[in-house]
Amino acid sequence: MASFKPTKIPVYPKLGEKITEDTLYWKNYKVPVQIKEFGAVSNIDFSPVAPYNFAVTAFTRIHIYGSFSQEPVKTFTRFKDTAYCGRFRSDGQLLVAGCEDSVVRLFDVSGKVALRMFKGHTKAVHITDFTSDRYQILTGSDDYTCRLWDIPNAVELTSYQEHTDYIRCGVTSKLNRDLFFTGAYDHTLKVFDARTDKSVMSMDHGQPVESLLLYPSEGLLVSAGGRYVKVWDLLKGGQPLVSLKNHHKTITCLALSSNGQRLLSASLDRHVKVYSTTNYKVVHNFDYAAAILSLALAPKDESIVVGMSNSILSIKHRKNPEESKEVTGQQRRRPSYRVFVKGKNYIPKQDDYLVSKSVKQHLAKYDKQLKRFSVSKALDTALETSTRGRKPDIAVAVITELDRRGTLKNALAGRDEEQLSRLLNFLMGG
Amino acid sequence: MVEHRDVRVVYRGGSRINFREPVISNDSRFLLCAAGEFVKVFSTVTEECVHELRGHTDQVTGVLLRPSNHLQVYSCSADGTIRLWDFTDGILIKTYVVGYPIFSIYASPNHNDVVFVVTCVQNDKRAEMFQLVAVRLPRCADQRVDVPDLSAVLSDVSSNPAAVAFGRAGGFLASVKGLQMEIYFFKTSKSSRFFLKEDNKKGGRNTFTCVACHPKDDCVATGHEDGKIRLWRNFNHKKEYTYSILHWHHSAVSAVRFTPEGTNLLSGGVESVLVQWRYNQESQKDFLPRLGAAITHLAVSPDGALFCTSHSDNKITIIQSCVRVSAVIQGLVKGENVRTDLMVDPRSKALVLNGKPGHLQFYSLQRDKLLFNLDVVQQEFIHQSGLEQFQVVRAALDASGSWLATVEERKRDAADLELNLKLWRFDEQTQSFELNTTVAAPHEARITAACFDQAASSRTSTLVTSSRDGRFKAWRLAAPAHTDGDGPSWSCDFVGAYHGLVPGRCCFSADGSLLAVAFREVATVWSAASWELLTTLSQPPGDIRDLCFGRMSGSKYLLGTNENKMLLCWNLLSCSLEWSTSMDVRLLLPDPLSENMAAFCFQDGSTDLFVFGPGEPRPLFSQKAVCSGSVTRAVFAPREAELESCEESSQWLNRSQLYFLTQFMDLLTFSTRAEEEKLMAANKQLVIDDAVAMTPFHLLLGKHRRPEAASGLSAERTPPPHGSPAIKELLQAPAHVLPAASFLCSAFVKSLLVSAAGSSEESRPPEEETESEKEEEESDEETRTRISRPDQESRGARGGREAGGPALTKAQLRELRRIRKLDLGWLAGLMEP
Repeated sequence: MASFKPTKIPVYPKLGEKITEDTLYWKNYKVPVQIKEFGAVSNIDFSPVAPYNFAVTAFTRIHIYGSFSQEPVKTFTRFKDTAYCGRFRSDGQLLVAGCEDSVVRLFDVSGKVALRMFKGHTKAVHITDFTSDRYQILTGSDDYTCRLWDIPNAVELTSYQEHTDYIRCGVTSKLNRDLFFTGAYDHTLKVFDARTDKSVMSMDHGQPVESLLLYPSEGLLVSAGGRYVKVWDLLKGGQPLVSLKNHHKTITCLALSSNGQRLLSASLDRHVKVYSTTNYKVVHNFDYAAAILSLALAPKDESIVVGMSNSILSIKHRKNPEESKEVTGQQRRRPSYRVFVKGKNYIPKQDDYLVSKSVKQHLAKYDKQLKRFSVSKALDTALETSTRGRKPDIAVAVITELDRRGTLKNALAGRDEEQLSRLLNFLMGG
Repeated sequence: MVEHRDVRVVYRGGSRINFREPVISNDSRFLLCAAGEFVKVFSTVTEECVHELRGHTDQVTGVLLRPSNHLQVYSCSADGTIRLWDFTDGILIKTYVVGYPIFSIYASPNHNDVVFVVTCVQNDKRAEMFQLVAVRLPRCADQRVDVPDLSAVLSDVSSNPAAVAFGRAGGFLASVKGLQMEIYFFKTSKSSRFFLKEDNKKGGRNTFTCVACHPKDDCVATGHEDGKIRLWRNFNHKKEYTYSILHWHHSAVSAVRFTPEGTNLLSGGVESVLVQWRYNQESQKDFLPRLGAAITHLAVSPDGALFCTSHSDNKITIIQSCVRVSAVIQGLVKGENVRTDLMVDPRSKALVLNGKPGHLQFYSLQRDKLLFNLDVVQQEFIHQSGLEQFQVVRAALDASGSWLATVEERKRDAADLELNLKLWRFDEQTQSFELNTTVAAPHEARITAACFDQAASSRTSTLVTSSRDGRFKAWRLAAPAHTDGDGPSWSCDFVGAYHGLVPGRCCFSADGSLLAVAFREVATVWSAASWELLTTLSQPPGDIRDLCFGRMSGSKYLLGTNENKMLLCWNLLSCSLEWSTSMDVRLLLPDPLSENMAAFCFQDGSTDLFVFGPGEPRPLFSQKAVCSGSVTRAVFAPREAELESCEESSQWLNRSQLYFLTQFMDLLTFSTRAEEEKLMAANKQLVIDDAVAMTPFHLLLGKHRRPEAASGLSAERTPPPHGSPAIKELLQAPAHVLPAASFLCSAFVKSLLVSAAGSSEESRPPEEETESEKEEEESDEETRTRISRPDQESRGARGGREAGGPALTKAQLRELRRIRKLDLGWLAGLMEP
């Protein structure tokens, strides 16, 4: 008498969940530290010098966190309204920030009071940055202008009014002190040279531009706006190179991994996607709890900091190599396996008489019901276990088995509304 | 068969053992069943075939224990004879010639020397009518007896053997056919008939399928098409009969049977569940589910200790009365057709083909026994008619037997085809195949061929599947692409197509460097290393049916057959047609161990075989009309030991043997004369060895006896004392059956003395000496056989004693032995001198 053959649950290959070098690399982070801020986190910037503190701009404050502390090491609160875009200078000594009240403030990282206040914009300033010679500041504002300021004298040097909508992003070149790039809600990206009074290059993104990123070589410019990430070749006069559409909501932030091999994009759809910069394919994907507004990577990818619209700041630190090793070592030591196999690896001697004991076959509940040909019950059980355990493959396997037995109709017949709705819920993936 | 030939076609096992109900011997040690033209005797304990009773010339249609002697068995056959056998020794005792094909045989306990058989009604050619006939078996000493004495009992019976049963103490006879049951009372020679309506309201089908009678009670149980069992009582009075209904089966009941004491009723059907009902407490049931296939027959041993069920997958299950399976005798499973090719497993040398639904069977050709069934589909089989199940349609083994590829498919009318390709690795530890890779939907349409690269090298081999979707795919074992993988698995390496044509057969060359795929009428040759299309060969018109590379010295040839009845041979070096001939080749297959090819050609309703080398113009061997109908599958199986036959016509059979399956699913083979002679010699030895069961007594006495026998044959022959068998008998017979010691004493002492007449060796005439020698051998042999069966002992000795007269032949001796019961006749011999 053969025993009952349980229903085979087919193993479906998990698409996109293949374990590659990238998944290993990007999964090698600890459980995130979550910090509640006062409002939506609009900008995160890492200090370029050790110990790589980072400035988090949220509502009317800028907090500076140390790399491992969960309390801010420094707080700037002298804003009359929402602060924007707190950024470090390349020596990590100064910090600049825009504000809803159109005043740009410059802070000493060790001080509290603003060193300089740059007044001149007529609307909120969303973008501030230092030029590479460290003496000038770039700002971009909702009054459609972008300006260059002199730090020592606190005077405006130039003003460009070429954009026709809010300027929401901009970067300065790290190699040339005169070059800077801006993106605006008028769908354009513009390249300015401080030595001329007009933009030298203009590119059409096609969507309101939310974020800009410059490759370290500064040959390529990456822009994000709408659901698109576009890469532009600056050396070919602003020719579009690739257009990526992997998010299903507006992309808000871009970042580059420390070796320049991976590009990260964060979006309102709660995902951070990692692209390879060689073939621009998505190689990894992070999932967060809320819409992401800002994203930054520590040097050497030591931590990933993400700011969300629900004012949560999530910090993921990379696992130390020793630590990860320790974990596996613990796992190896954990179960006293010998207890379980006790007596089972006993080799009988030559004249021992073996009394064979029939091993009782353990069947899942739905299999027991299938064995008894109670098909409706089996379907119910399978639906219940798969919804509870989030294993839809069980229900699918049982439904296929019922179909094979030719009894799917019988199993579905005579159901009331509640049972039917459960079934429909399962089928529609609710 | 052709006598003058050196090579002849022989039937090679695999016959149906589920054709008729099996019989269990009185001591429950043996099970007898009809198997083709033989009756097979199996041991119920070891499941081994102990004897094959050969003699019938047509299908055996019934086996029946002789009521008056439980060590003898009747068998009837479609050749019109009833034969009586001693099944413990495997000897034919008598043949009764009836003259009409017999379909089943019955006996009743109160009719001595009468058997009842079902035969076809003569003089009525147009309609098949069967009648139950009583045959009085004449008592006479001849081996072959004509039976003159036939008397019809019932005129219109069913040909189904389960449709007739004898009632309590043989008092009446119940026969069912269609919607009527007829009960015939022997005492009054009257019969009463009971009718059922064709259909009841619920749409049940009331047709009778089988009948059984209670051994102690006037009760008849009948099975019906709709799964009901009716218990009929009080049928002696025509008007007042009653019946009760038992309903558990959901489709037709194929067998019902009462246990010998009448306490239980057994029933079985398509559900493959044995149901045991308590008689008079029918609500209590025991079930034995999942017996594997539909139950076709049921039998109960005379002591009630064992039941056995025959199943539609050519299997007999032996079940203890506590409803537990104790043994399974499995024959070659024959489905309606063999979808997979015949293959030979290189490890076990077993024939591999699809058997039970969803299984692959490994069948030992040497032992005519099923080795094991590999469950390919791994799904619970639902025994329900009209249900589409997964079928194994293709299978392929690689050269070393370490990889097996199977293709299973399931076709439903409404939905599309479900296909699975599975690859199995042979596990040395468990000695069976383990699933390695499952590829769901490997192709979009039916797979037409699957073959492994047969090169016997260490590197992993390649599998090629071709499909109706116009593509062929090459699969290779690859290291896992992801680090989480737990071992190498198979993945698609190459997808090939040729002008959108549908690929047919594919095959690898012997060294595995070339792959040939047939696309309609074009044979394409691909390099297996780079998957480049090297060349195309074609000989239109006619699609290519079969394709194979030559082996060994003929490896430069590619052979093909096409629909246009042509056999083609291309030379691969010149890429041109070497030769072609007009033949309707149905099957072309190469011998893996030589360069020979076998071609089965269909002509005028029968099949001819040609064996040839691809480079030679003359066929090595040809035989017309190998079998009637077409040959569907064939395979070359390597021999265990090479034959050294020097005759040219049989040389091709030296290394491997050719097996083939006919249209009617008979497994046939070719055997050479040398082989047969060898087999005969081996058989003789076997019979002697088999006759003696290995009991403790045999261990003690058998060893002791053999040197004795040897010394008896040696040069210094001392004549045995006169009457030595009698003395032996005296010493061996149990004390309580002997006369008083005082009565025997003087005679015994006297017998020990050397008589004056035969005092010296020289005075004995030489022929008498040889005679006594023979006698000695014979009696020795008999005592050996006797040891295991003490009740035969005295008879055997009696026979041995009687053999003193040279007039009696061996057969007569045996006859005597059977007839005479325990007596002390030998004492007379002791008293005489």
